[in-house]
Amino acid sequence: MEQVLANISVLAAMPIFNLGLLIDGLLVGSIFALAAYGLALVWGVMNVKNLAQGDFIMIGGYLTWSLGRHGINPLLGIPVAIVVLWGIGWILYRTVISKVITRDLFTSLLATFGIAIVIQQGLNLAFGPDTQSAHADLPTLSFAGGLITIAATRVVGFVFAILLAVAVILFMKKSRMGQAIRATAQDARAARVLGIDTEKVYSFTFCLNAAICGAAGALVAMVWNVQPFLGTTYSIRLFVIVTAAGFGNLPGVIAAGFGMGVFEQFGGFVLGAEFQQALIVLLLLAVLAVRQLQQLRVRQAVQ
Amino acid sequence: MNRASLHPLTITGLLFAGIAAPLLFPAYTNQAAVLWLMIVFASTWDILGGQMGYNSLGNIFFFGAGMYTSAVVQIGLFYDVGMYTSGARTTHIVFTTAQYFTGFALGAVAAGIGAAALALVTSWIVFGLRGPYFAIGTLGVAVAGAELIASWEWLGAAAGISMPVFPGAPEAQKLFFYFLLFGLAFVVLVFLRWLYSTNFGLAINAIRDDEEKAEAMGLHTRRYKRVAWSISAFFLGIAGAIFGNMTGFIEPRDIAFPTTTFNIFMILMVLLGGKGTFWGPVVGAIVFDVIKEVTWTYFLGWQFVALGLLIVIIVVYFQQGIVGWLMEKYPSRFGIRVAPKESDQYVRSIGLAPHPEGAE
Repeated sequence: MEQVLANISVLAAMPIFNLGLLIDGLLVGSIFALAAYGLALVWGVMNVKNLAQGDFIMIGGYLTWSLGRHGINPLLGIPVAIVVLWGIGWILYRTVISKVITRDLFTSLLATFGIAIVIQQGLNLAFGPDTQSAHADLPTLSFAGGLITIAATRVVGFVFAILLAVAVILFMKKSRMGQAIRATAQDARAARVLGIDTEKVYSFTFCLNAAICGAAGALVAMVWNVQPFLGTTYSIRLFVIVTAAGFGNLPGVIAAGFGMGVFEQFGGFVLGAEFQQALIVLLLLAVLAVRQLQQLRVRQAVQ
Repeated sequence: MNRASLHPLTITGLLFAGIAAPLLFPAYTNQAAVLWLMIVFASTWDILGGQMGYNSLGNIFFFGAGMYTSAVVQIGLFYDVGMYTSGARTTHIVFTTAQYFTGFALGAVAAGIGAAALALVTSWIVFGLRGPYFAIGTLGVAVAGAELIASWEWLGAAAGISMPVFPGAPEAQKLFFYFLLFGLAFVVLVFLRWLYSTNFGLAINAIRDDEEKAEAMGLHTRRYKRVAWSISAFFLGIAGAIFGNMTGFIEPRDIAFPTTTFNIFMILMVLLGGKGTFWGPVVGAIVFDVIKEVTWTYFLGWQFVALGLLIVIIVVYFQQGIVGWLMEKYPSRFGIRVAPKESDQYVRSIGLAPHPEGAE
């Protein structure tokens, strides 16, 4: 408790520290926003809540890490992760997701939970339970006389996350497939009537989401670290972001992603890193409780 | 519906199986005890998941909460809990026989009541949530419980607590816990059979079938949901108290709140046996536990990969479960009348087995 108060007084005494945490939070939050966008996409288009989202990220991270271990620059891990995860997404779609898509929601939730367990344990068997990190050999920048230090990898990660997000958003707005995806999200039946092959759209959406996760994972491995069982934490985090923003609300999802990054940096600094997971879970419960209060108000208004 | 209870023959069979098992196979007493525990898990999960249509991913919370409540009562009655659990403790603390049994009895009762009270409290958070939000919210409750206790020094934090040692021979200890768990499973089955035949059973089935309509018909759905959750929490709390004393050592992440083992086993056993049927969870628990015990050691580290695959396969390809499948195949054996012409149609419409084609 004293430790917490001491940390808070440090923040109050040195405003420049807040700035450092804020910048770090925004840089990390960009990666959350990217992956959360993928989750919101699958959720909105297919009505499947993918609990294996965080584990897709971990696969991408481990790919990048193993490339780095063989002397290849981790930045090259991004395209590799995108391609490999696209393939994995396609296989999973054909074998599992396409069969649960029309069933009730708990079915898809449980099926993706099963996939998550398989991926976690598979990674654990393949790479061991240790925490790993890919090093891109970039310098650490310092400002304000060393009070603010920013790792250049985080800046690179931020830039790549923004570039990827812009590319995906442009794709959704401009391309034929993007339009088909948005049409299917609005009304799958009407889209089918108008000649859109919704089966293809679903398959494409799921693969796209997996690829986005792969890219996010490559960035996570560079700016942070990967561990087989961290996937669940990422899934919960992304779920919090999308639930807080609402899945149809793209700017909201991105803002909530940045907010999550900042919240975690401050929370981790004040409470200590060992409370990170507890913090995320408590945030989940808080978001669900707030959402419920909002709905309660709507219900009363309707009555 | 008439106030049915278990058939006397079934009760005799259950009692016979429960008493004969440790006498016939004394080497497997512990395994048999765990089997009864699994039956308690599956049956209590099915109150919400099967009968009420609320799929919880966090029922294990009450198991762990009961375990810790009972530990606190058992130790706190005679010693200072903070002193007992502190890592720096060097003195050896012994509980006398009388202390052990009074502590355990009071602890188990407190565990059941405490877990039920926690269910009422958490129901304020989770029962406004529907469908997948409910599943994720309850999972959040369970993970939060584990994280909370793992950082609570007074309860031994992540290092756990060594429970009071059973005063007696190891053989007597095994039989003692076996009969406690068997007794619990027996009480749960008899109670649930009665519960499902009352108006309460009909009400929670109505909530499963269509919650809005049930509410419109004047059912206090929230009250029913709360009571159903508290019932399941009560039994899980007692199960936690017994299991904590049986293992002799409790710890938050892997023993008290094992979200990826026991917690998933519950759901898997119910799905395997048949959701929403009385005997489904029992059959599922027996089949799953026996398969697990026999094959687990041959997987050499691949157990959990196999577990995940099993979840996916059951969920995708065999969701009606063993009992659900039998009901579909031989409906007349289960007292379901089938119109001769459109037999297939009729079985579908009673809502026992959700059909993949029925979703559109």
